[in-house]
Amino acid sequence: MYVPPEQLMLDRAEFARKGIARGRSVAVCKLDAGVLFVAENHSTTLHKVSEIHDRIGFAAVGRYHEFEMLRVAGIRHADLRGYSYDRTDVTARSLAGAYSQILGTTFASSVEKPYEVELIVAELGQQPSDDVLYRISYDGVITDERTFTVIGGEPERIVEAVGEGLSGDVGVGEALRTLARGLRPGTGLGAAQVEVGFLDRRAGRRRTFRRIEGDELEGLLRG
Amino acid sequence: MNSLHDLLGGTSGGGGSSFAELPGVPRLGAPIDPSAPHGTTIVAARYAGGVAMVGDRRATVGNVIALHDIEKVFGADDHTIVGIAGVAGLATEMVRLFQVELEHFEKIEGVPLSFDGKANRLSALLRANFPQALQGLMMLPMFVGWDPRAARGRMYTYDGTGGRYEEHRYAALGSGAAYARGALKKLHDPDADEHTAVAALLQSLFDAADDDAATSGLDLTRGIMPVVMQASADGVRRWSDEEVRDLAARIVAGRAERFGGPKGAVL
Repeated sequence: MYVPPEQLMLDRAEFARKGIARGRSVAVCKLDAGVLFVAENHSTTLHKVSEIHDRIGFAAVGRYHEFEMLRVAGIRHADLRGYSYDRTDVTARSLAGAYSQILGTTFASSVEKPYEVELIVAELGQQPSDDVLYRISYDGVITDERTFTVIGGEPERIVEAVGEGLSGDVGVGEALRTLARGLRPGTGLGAAQVEVGFLDRRAGRRRTFRRIEGDELEGLLRG
Repeated sequence: MNSLHDLLGGTSGGGGSSFAELPGVPRLGAPIDPSAPHGTTIVAARYAGGVAMVGDRRATVGNVIALHDIEKVFGADDHTIVGIAGVAGLATEMVRLFQVELEHFEKIEGVPLSFDGKANRLSALLRANFPQALQGLMMLPMFVGWDPRAARGRMYTYDGTGGRYEEHRYAALGSGAAYARGALKKLHDPDADEHTAVAALLQSLFDAADDDAATSGLDLTRGIMPVVMQASADGVRRWSDEEVRDLAARIVAGRAERFGGPKGAVL
């Protein structure tokens, strides 16, 4: 039976979008203090937010086994580059490009099922203006985001809810509360339902990524 | 360079968390180069709240001093330290690979390797160098750090075949090791504090430099100080040059008073 290519692509996009929309969302924003990752996640061990390299963080939604495989491949990619050349030669741009190729190729392939994932790759610059934030969708399209971005179900609604509440000079606590409210309108997210990662510009060490959890997280959410 | 696609597959668990086993990580060939610089003496000791490692700054080629300010003691990760002696080029490359290996595992698995796991990985990296060691390019590491599970400082020494041995008091490695060990045997006190432990280590390095031509001592004239690193429950810290110089100055002044350093009771 003949299926027009346009229809085929639409069907595949529909399939991927449905898979992604079932999952809980992740929001990432650039701040003066660093780059903040906030995910709705009820598990403390199956992470959606993760460290890739010294100044690069990763967030994903969708099928766990698919994005976990991509996360591991990303860490290998970054560590191999850093080891072969120099740690400063590992960039979010190269990683996002590699992810885009994999997702795009698989999406267009007639034999493989498209990935049901969306990814965010963020890199902490030396100054806030150098921070980089890429969103990579299931079909391999990369978007260079200005201040903040959301992946997962209902991104438009969340973007609207967060609205003007975020700008660079907002503190980490306030940004976290704004995003937690945006991800779950009405009640907001409690410490047990949220996973938070932070690329800390004032980390004072080579590895800038850290998790905000426990008492620190509760304190920041309370305000 | 591998493409990301080659790196897909093999998720966390199994052998998938090793960086050193990734394809494309260069395995060094075996050129026989007798003119490669050799690192010299490393000493380490446990104390009440952790473990400290001190390394001199000299590299030699035969009877020539190749480098006056080489560094042979490195932080391996947040809780461990690795020191090296022998062929400097191979050894520093092994340290670099080891550092990435530890961090790679931690990122993929979400938790750091256990202390014994780290020591074991270093064994494997060392064993990979065995053919070169047989051809005369010998290098050895020493691995120390804070073990959060055991809640104490721990130390491992190695042999050329990758064998690893836990040391419980003090350890020394390199050309001046025998002299340093002699000094540490008399001076080391496992119940002492960090400052006293480092003082004993610097004393032992002074003695090593005294009797071994390939070991540099406490070079107050030019301010080239041994590298001092310490690991405790708070993590790894490198002493600043000023801290080391203050202590070194007191040790050298003490030697001006008494040739052999601190005096102990014979009975």
